[in-house]
Amino acid sequence: MGVSGTPRSVIQVSGIRKTYGTTVAVSEVSFEVSEGEVFGLIGPNGAGKTTTMECVEGVRRPDRGDISILGLNPFRDVYQVQNRIGVQLQQAQLQKRIKVWEAVDLWASLYSKSVDAARLLEQLGLADSRNAWFMTLSGGQKQRLFIALALINDPEVVFLDELTTGLDPQSRRAIWDLVRGIRDRGKTVFMITHLMEEAERLCDRVAIIEHGKIIDMGRPEELVGRHCPARTVVLATANALAEERFRAIPQVETVVRQGSQFTIRGLGEEFVSEVIQCLSENRIRVTDFRTMLPNLEDVFLKLTGHSIRD
Amino acid sequence: MLHGLWKLTWLEIKIFLREPLGAFGSIILPVLVFVVVGRFMGGRLPSRSIATSEFVRVGLPVFVSVLIALSGVLSLVTIVSIYREGGILKRLRATPLRPQTILTAHVLVKLVLTAVTMALSVLAGKRYYPINMDVPIFGFTMALLISTWSILSIGFVIASIVPTARFAQPIGAAILYPMIALSGLFVPLPSLPPALQALARVLPLTYAVSLLQGILKGEAWWAHRGDVAALTLVFVICTALSAKVFRWE
Repeated sequence: MGVSGTPRSVIQVSGIRKTYGTTVAVSEVSFEVSEGEVFGLIGPNGAGKTTTMECVEGVRRPDRGDISILGLNPFRDVYQVQNRIGVQLQQAQLQKRIKVWEAVDLWASLYSKSVDAARLLEQLGLADSRNAWFMTLSGGQKQRLFIALALINDPEVVFLDELTTGLDPQSRRAIWDLVRGIRDRGKTVFMITHLMEEAERLCDRVAIIEHGKIIDMGRPEELVGRHCPARTVVLATANALAEERFRAIPQVETVVRQGSQFTIRGLGEEFVSEVIQCLSENRIRVTDFRTMLPNLEDVFLKLTGHSIRD
Repeated sequence: MLHGLWKLTWLEIKIFLREPLGAFGSIILPVLVFVVVGRFMGGRLPSRSIATSEFVRVGLPVFVSVLIALSGVLSLVTIVSIYREGGILKRLRATPLRPQTILTAHVLVKLVLTAVTMALSVLAGKRYYPINMDVPIFGFTMALLISTWSILSIGFVIASIVPTARFAQPIGAAILYPMIALSGLFVPLPSLPPALQALARVLPLTYAVSLLQGILKGEAWWAHRGDVAALTLVFVICTALSAKVFRWE
């Protein structure tokens, strides 16, 4: 925390641009990441997420623009920067026949400080496979090992690139818990994902990137409120007068009826309360009631006109 | 960073020996070939014939040494391209490890394995070679180190340009093995047509063979300063070149 009480900015990216031949991978991307926050860069494959992250890590040099990380220049001070950050790369591999403990031991020797390797493996659920060859590990175990390697030097900033791609839902949830654990330890996390659910669950703040440009940035709920203010209530009732009553609610936009089920859409924070009040004032008995909130997926669709999976 | 270098080198040796054919292909097989050929040549051919004994005494050990060195280089080329293709180089690069450290570790692994194979061959060969060999082991080892180091630098350039691991071995072999034919090992250089002689003079293996044969025969290092200079030049040029064109992913 800075003197004023506002979090210190640990990553500053301003106006970076990167082209490969005639393809513009990243153009005019600017953002800041504050100390202790989980910042997510989200967007479809090929949007420029990984290129942006690799520029910040000092692995790739942008054609234009400035990057500062932990007050250092990632190109001029590349080894100093790499000593203080932890990196998990998309689609990285290790030597097929390297043992789990050997990899962690090697990594520990590369940095000026390191955490206790045995405890780290224990925390990541790898203690039992410490003697296993890399090639024999499951997808989830490999990702956990890569997280271990990213945390071995007690880094100040952790970079996670598509951490759970290709994992089954159960391993995915386990990995999410680990990331929450990283944040709880006060680390700054810069992550990339094309999974909106992952971003919603983990990120304090996200930037939506498409075609190499950031199209909006903010807390997930802020983005949802800004771009998709509509709320939806789905309920079931046998009350014959219900439809008429629902239409009378001021914020209601549409009411769709299918048999005894109603789908009511409306605007504003108060909308759900209004619907509940209407039910209680008119003594409408319901057999089902749920609200459907828009999410980042809807925001993405609204902003780009297509789904993130297209 | 030295700490990382030793650790990585030791680790890579262990990993290499865990390969199903790692130890067998690179250490045991060459020694076996050496022993079998040595037994055949040494046992059946009259050792009094000057030409034969010259080949058995000097040509064969040099030939085997060169083969071992080349197989080391090819295996380096293959490993580097597999590491690149699999994203291992990329992962290592995102650490404070310097790129040179990673390559140096692999060179050391190859040199260690080459040295072990050579030592075993000499030990095994002693038993089967009837000829009284007074081998300048230390000098020959030095000459082999210089030669291998120089050929390894060519391997770096090949490793830098081969597109995928699948092509690494054949392309490497296609570049390296034909050099043996013109190295002066089987056909003396002066008896080659002028064009081939000129070609032989720009191939680094020619100098490696000349150096190895000379040192094995007991000639002075000073007489082979040209060979050493040529091999050093190859090393400097190829290292600079591979630093320019090397791709990490």
